[in-house]
Amino acid sequence: MFLKEYINDVLKAAKSLLTGMKVTGYYFTHRKEIITEQYPDNRATLQLAERFRGEVVMPHDENNQHACTGCSACEIACPNGTIKIINKFDIQPDGKKKKAIDTFVYHLELCTMCGLCVEACPTSAIKMANTFEHSVFNRNQLTKRLNQPGSKIREGVE
Amino acid sequence: MIEEVGTTTEGDLVINVGPQHPATHGVLHLVITLNGETIKKVEPHLGYIHRSIEKMCESLTYRQFIYVTSRMDYLSAHINNHACALCVEKGLQVEVPQRAQYIRVIMDELTRIASHELWWGAMAMDLGAFTPFFHAFRERETINTIMEETCGARLTMNYMVPGGVMFDLHPDFQKKVKAFIQQYTSKINEYDELVTGNIIFQNRMKGIGYVTKEDAISYGCTGPVARGSGVASDIRKIAPYDVYDKVEFDEVLETGGDSFARYLVRVKEMQQSIRIIEQLIDNIPEGDFQAKTKAVLKLPKGEFYQRVETARGELGVYIISEGGTTPYRIKFRSPGFSNLSILDHMVRGHKIGDLVAAMGTLDLVIPDIDR
Amino acid sequence: MFSLEGITKAIDTWLNAHFNSTVVLLAECVLVGVAAIALFAVLGLGLVWMERKVAAVMQIRLGPNRLGPKGIFQTSADTLKLIMKEGLTPDGADKFLFNLAPFIVMIVAMLVLAPISFAKNFQIWDINIGVLYVSAVSSLSVIGILMAGWSSNNKYSLLGAMRSGAQIVSYELSAGLAIISIVVLTGSLSINDIIQSQQNGWWIFKGHIPAIISFIIFIIAVTAETNRAPFDLAEAESELTAGFHTEYSGMKFALFFLAEYINIFIVCSIGATLFFGGWMPLHIGNWEAFNHIMDFIPSSIWFFGKTIFLIFLIMWFRWTFPRLRVDQLLNLEWKYLLPISLFNLLLMTVVAIMGWHF
Ligand code: SF4
Ligand code: SF4
Repeated sequence: MFLKEYINDVLKAAKSLLTGMKVTGYYFTHRKEIITEQYPDNRATLQLAERFRGEVVMPHDENNQHACTGCSACEIACPNGTIKIINKFDIQPDGKKKKAIDTFVYHLELCTMCGLCVEACPTSAIKMANTFEHSVFNRNQLTKRLNQPGSKIREGVE
Repeated sequence: MIEEVGTTTEGDLVINVGPQHPATHGVLHLVITLNGETIKKVEPHLGYIHRSIEKMCESLTYRQFIYVTSRMDYLSAHINNHACALCVEKGLQVEVPQRAQYIRVIMDELTRIASHELWWGAMAMDLGAFTPFFHAFRERETINTIMEETCGARLTMNYMVPGGVMFDLHPDFQKKVKAFIQQYTSKINEYDELVTGNIIFQNRMKGIGYVTKEDAISYGCTGPVARGSGVASDIRKIAPYDVYDKVEFDEVLETGGDSFARYLVRVKEMQQSIRIIEQLIDNIPEGDFQAKTKAVLKLPKGEFYQRVETARGELGVYIISEGGTTPYRIKFRSPGFSNLSILDHMVRGHKIGDLVAAMGTLDLVIPDIDR
Repeated sequence: MFSLEGITKAIDTWLNAHFNSTVVLLAECVLVGVAAIALFAVLGLGLVWMERKVAAVMQIRLGPNRLGPKGIFQTSADTLKLIMKEGLTPDGADKFLFNLAPFIVMIVAMLVLAPISFAKNFQIWDINIGVLYVSAVSSLSVIGILMAGWSSNNKYSLLGAMRSGAQIVSYELSAGLAIISIVVLTGSLSINDIIQSQQNGWWIFKGHIPAIISFIIFIIAVTAETNRAPFDLAEAESELTAGFHTEYSGMKFALFFLAEYINIFIVCSIGATLFFGGWMPLHIGNWEAFNHIMDFIPSSIWFFGKTIFLIFLIMWFRWTFPRLRVDQLLNLEWKYLLPISLFNLLLMTVVAIMGWHF
């Protein structure tokens, strides 16, 4: 019958709407479901995945030594021209010249954090750090020199 | 007949939807011709986010070009990378280790869930319900965290490399994925209560944007759009790659052909993805995660084609190699472009509100259409 | 016991003791005006904050929480921002109508405030056709919206305004019928009489099922009339960007925004008055002790509590439901709400004549 169908329709609609309201009502009364992270305030407790790719860095040990031989493999692997390796020639004690890294230029502003350079490096001299707060006031600050001043290549790394 | 309806006459209202418009989810520009509230014609204008990725790839080596493809369909970045890696492997004739194949498939399915999850929220938001969007993001966020732990990034992972994957799985990976499956299954009812069963939502979706089986095929629709009209088009079934032939799952087919059918396809597909992950997650074999490949990859002279099923449909990667280290030409067959082409056909004669309901179910990602 | 009536009485006696009657009248007019504007500002800020908090918690977020405790000053800061923004008038707009529209909407919202009884004997204007006045004046706001949509010289605005027109005109009917069903019970149009008639229990309890049905119809209709989701077609964000106020910016936009919230407050206070007894405390039959305890809660708290509950209900709708389509919106009114409310009115009349209500 038409009237019965009509009333049925109305009741079914009302029921479906009330089920929807039940869900939002549940969340309204259960505040522990809130998942917001208060980012700048929770810096101290922030857990970042260790593999998170935030920036390319070159780890130095306590003697200010790194493992970069200046082979330019990372420069070639990078799809964006982010890395520029500038080499110099060290005079070794025996009088021979040896290629060594002078400046490892890293353009953070060009980097897409793809991680290909780290994969390419034969001596694992660079890695991805999980820092991510990169904003600066001057664009020049984004061009970084990764090998620290006065640093040398670690003994035995070829 | 179509021409008659389609022509703009004096007195029609022509409005520009986009390039900046809340419903187009990106810089899509639609010129719609209205008669009152009724749509007479929709004309998509593309090109606002064209970055010539295909051209860019020609100057990148076979290792490098993969990361760029994450920027096409950024919601299924993994699957894009997967397609490229598969295509390069085809040319190199390398055998990918079993472990890597398992990892790749799990990652693909996680990506598919994340992508459908975002679509689900955005769909509800297009129809004016804001809350589901945030609920969908809760689950998506869990996936992103899992991705971040293993791949090192949340959206554009660049995890697939020719010959396997970049790193091994994170030790916690299996545990976290299982926790996610639990979380997801406990919330799935809520989704139905909040959106699927809602009478307003159903009335908005049913009978809107009707696509017949024939139309879906002739417009080249793939993915959930085609499957909503009953066209079996799942590449994972038709041409299985990696371990898809070893897992059991159903290809979700709906025969309705309207927006609601496409909606159901996606919602059910998420459950199928969960099913695939459940089958694989405990059986990941030990072994290498990457095949040994040369430092500099060179594809032999020839043409290579690989297609995969992304969250939006069929993605084809077509590489022409001249034998060098970079491709001579790359062409992507992106699912979004073909799916968008049916929009005009779908919405003629509907109201403006239906444009949103129909366009939402196409799940358009604009960078995928423009590349 | 704290009561707003006492304050007004005290001010009145003090003024009368010091000045002659004309000055007193003028001073009281000014005071009422200032009080109304202050109420507007407080309500606008408070309700926007409440909306944002309610939305946030339902969406498993925290919502505004930076400025002041629980972010209570966030909306004031937003207002400050809006005041400092440039009020743009688009090229080709009808400048006069464009600038007039937000004020029309605002003034209408202010006018409706007059007959509402905020507490016991605390009312700006006790007019004997209070309910009629409210429904008559509140439908004027559609003129402001149409004006805004037309004068903006923007197709989105025009579409939004036209939708709004169709919507308000049709939902006015069922809102009116729902109101009339209570008027049938009380036999008076004066807000004060309606409240007094609920001395021994609110109409929603006393009026049996017809009262509940008309309450549901009322709340649906007023949600539509105030252009709130799921009936926010006039400003349907994902379809028409912002609908009729697409071209407005700065303070002119803020006036539309404010008017929306004031309208919600007004319709909810009407709802509270009709169905929940306005400022009347919860009285149950002849439980003397219980009734007496309830009387101790100030009447203004009763009024605002009920109103805010209804506002919360409307917000709850907004953050749960998807939006209707324009033809479904009209279907709902003409095929469902109107027949049901006509039938309900009939039922209510029978109830009233036979005296079946408590
Ligand atoms: S992470 Fe990628 S883009 Fe960045 S420097 Fe390394 S290779 Fe270049
Ligand atoms: S960082 Fe590694 S790849 Fe780059 S120059 Fe140094 S050693 Fe070579």
